[in-house]
Amino acid sequence: MANKKEDIKFLSNPNIGQSRKKYCRFKKYGIKYIDYKDAEFLKQFVNEQGKILPRRITGNSLKYQRKVSTAVKRARHLGMLPFVADLLK
Amino acid sequence: MRHYEVTFIVDPVLSGDEIKSAATTYVDHLKGEGSEIVHINELGLRELAYPINKRNSGVYYCVEFTSETGDFIPKLELAFRRDERIMRFLTVKLDKYGVKYNADKRAGLINEFKPKKKKSEEPERKERDRRDRKKEAPAKEAPAKEGASVKEGTPEVSATESGSPE
Repeated sequence: MANKKEDIKFLSNPNIGQSRKKYCRFKKYGIKYIDYKDAEFLKQFVNEQGKILPRRITGNSLKYQRKVSTAVKRARHLGMLPFVADLLK
Repeated sequence: MRHYEVTFIVDPVLSGDEIKSAATTYVDHLKGEGSEIVHINELGLRELAYPINKRNSGVYYCVEFTSETGDFIPKLELAFRRDERIMRFLTVKLDKYGVKYNADKRAGLINEFKPKKKKSEEPERKERDRRDRKKEAPAKEAPAKEGASVKEGTPEVSATESGSPE
């Protein structure tokens, strides 16, 4: 019981890569509106194929993920972002 | 008062005067319906992400306006649809945050978003590993593979690849 921590030995620290906590950038910085005309900004939320990135990757809260999603879809309609692409970034 | 924003794309092959007249007809149409125009933003000629009506670029206009009711919006959209000079349009109702955002943008409070470039070190490391492994592989296949697989490689990298197997 006293040696619990020493029994499990790892070659590297298991907490590596966990110090960066994911947060919703809109909540943190108080951004309330996502402009659909700003294609450069929206490219952060889209992968190289032009697909919208999932919330667990971007760290967005549900409310803002939905707003981002509608903004990307509007930008796609207006020809500012592609529907399908490769090597977008 | 309801705030709306309509963004539309005008055909770029028209002459400059025709493009401007196309935009002003709709602005006048809005004024005629009794709405107040807050701002007309000419985003200008832009490359499209995909071809629309077989054109690769378009002249973007964004008009922000207010009105008491939204009764004339369907009429406006019908006019857009009928006009052959307009390739695409999008009418959006702005909530209070959208109105504030646009006002701040006009006042210059919102900085243009610039993506940070983090891709300085990692691709070089990967390219080096690939080069070392492929030198062991048969020399005939190496140039063809390198040419196809290198995506973000700088011109220097691809030049050395073609030079070394020879």
